[in-house]
Amino acid sequence: MYRYDSIDQAIVDARVAEFRDQVARRLSGELDEEHFRPLRLKNGLYLQLHAYMLRVAIPYGLLSSRQLRMLAHVARRYDRGYGHFTTRQNIQYNWIRLEETPDLLADLASVEMHAIQTSGNCIRNISADQYAGAAADEVADPRPWAELLRQWSSFHPEFSYLPRKFKIALTGSEADRAAIRFHDIGWQLVTRDGAPGFRVFVGGGMGRTPVVAPLIREFLPADRFLSYAEAILRVYNRFGRRDNIYKARIKILVQEMGAEAFARAVEEEHGRLLPLGIDAQEAEVARIAGFFADPPFEGGLDDTVEAGGDPAFARWVARQVQPHKVAGYRIVNISLKPEGGIPGDASDAQMETIADLAERFSFDEVRVTHAQNLVLAHVRAGDLRAVYDGLETVGLAAANLDLATDVIACPGLDYCTLANARSIPIAQKLADRLRPREEVLGELKIKVSGCINACGHHHAGHIGVLGVDRKGTENYQLLLGGSGAEDASIAQILGPGFTEDGIVDAVERATTFYLSARAPGERFLDTWRRLGAAPFKEAVYG
Amino acid sequence: MKLLTGNVTRTGDVVWWDGAGWSRRLDAAVPLEREAGERLLAEWAATETLNDLALVDAEAGPGGRPRPLHIRERIRGFGPTVRPDLALQGQDWR
Repeated sequence: MYRYDSIDQAIVDARVAEFRDQVARRLSGELDEEHFRPLRLKNGLYLQLHAYMLRVAIPYGLLSSRQLRMLAHVARRYDRGYGHFTTRQNIQYNWIRLEETPDLLADLASVEMHAIQTSGNCIRNISADQYAGAAADEVADPRPWAELLRQWSSFHPEFSYLPRKFKIALTGSEADRAAIRFHDIGWQLVTRDGAPGFRVFVGGGMGRTPVVAPLIREFLPADRFLSYAEAILRVYNRFGRRDNIYKARIKILVQEMGAEAFARAVEEEHGRLLPLGIDAQEAEVARIAGFFADPPFEGGLDDTVEAGGDPAFARWVARQVQPHKVAGYRIVNISLKPEGGIPGDASDAQMETIADLAERFSFDEVRVTHAQNLVLAHVRAGDLRAVYDGLETVGLAAANLDLATDVIACPGLDYCTLANARSIPIAQKLADRLRPREEVLGELKIKVSGCINACGHHHAGHIGVLGVDRKGTENYQLLLGGSGAEDASIAQILGPGFTEDGIVDAVERATTFYLSARAPGERFLDTWRRLGAAPFKEAVYG
Repeated sequence: MKLLTGNVTRTGDVVWWDGAGWSRRLDAAVPLEREAGERLLAEWAATETLNDLALVDAEAGPGGRPRPLHIRERIRGFGPTVRPDLALQGQDWR
């Protein structure tokens, strides 16, 4: 994985020193909150419902064991013993004290981490396919390009005050595990005549106005990657609306201009940029790619997995383990959705254990997924039992990947000042209700958000739940038919909302109808698409 | 009926005006009339020791104790409902 050079480290260290001074001036009263707020937000520090919340960037969701141990240390030393992995592959801490934040950031900097650009109207943490460099179906590894973007976008002076926040995702596979079409820019690595390049999607997003990003360029040669990114950002920065926060994302600009006109504007801008030679040199791309070279895989490994008569282990292997590009290896998904747990939460002890397992069995690295789970990308088939046993000791051996209990949920009104309703209890109740038949239901992606901002990705759920405030009471809308995968679609609101218990009953009725109506091999989403809303509405509302 | 609340700048802790000072316990909060609340708010805002000071609407809760009208402020006073181990003990957010 990428390691900081002296410039990276100097930048991050300087930022810690700068923030230490700013915090001291705030605590002495020299800075008032009005002037301090934008400074702390530039360092990922929010004031949430109960305390300060720190959002730490995990570039493209990739962590070393050393870094994950540091995240465990932060949870233990500066928080209340846990952290929350988010749908942007970041981690958030909910109980941070302002006076301790400079020390916390210094600790993070010691392992090449920070909280810069995790807030504000800038280019946020770059996200990517969690199976990058390991997937059997991968065309090319997106991580070198994600790292190139990270370096290009960090403190980019031209893009520090965009009309609104800006989110970028990359994948190197046809199967979209990074929800690229729900991003401001989604890059899909492809090849044409053996040459690498990108399909470029621009103007996707969730929130108040959900949009599946249109394709604006069928094939962009890889050697024009940065100049094209710069052209897109320039068009957005120039023409994006700044008069209305709800109309300021690039998706609105693309919609208002039309995708074709927007693409033409980008191409024109790109034409002006190309002669400036801002694209990364081949040698620099190769240097960065070198950090993501394959680890020393062993050849000739036994490719079989023996369950040894243990049904729980066999079920875990069948559900959590995915094929790897190298024979004898597997990708292991670690569920952060244990029974009774909070989606995405991990304790310091759990993080320590996963770091140990990664060090012993997966070339010292861990990935965070946008579905709030973790991944060990390179595990020998013969080590699966040991990994499973290790996970079991910390309660993380659930076998529910992409099943009904693998619910995505934002922090909701239990933690977030923006939320209108609680998300986590709904996720827990839904999981409890559907657990007995989750295997029968098959792939069923349920996503819960506590407000219209959609951090829980409810628009992209096969079943989405949106919490709203109805005259001071929590109310929940049911949405069906969304997908964040390569078959991206936006879920539709089915009808009037429900109470906290009512939404659980409603989801159960929708799933019961699906079981009665599905054709052989159909997922919930397929049945919805085949039959449309009417029979589901009848089943849910009567 | 109003309650005066804010977050301690140094720590982020949620606090409530208890009549003589600031308490972390919602059940220690005392009701205020708007005018008195606004006067206190302005006074404390000037000190910069508290953030996000606000006068929130309140009602008489179980046992007659004042509690915020809105669920957001009740959860804010209690702690995350999904982590009662981290919430203030002996209180009920509902």
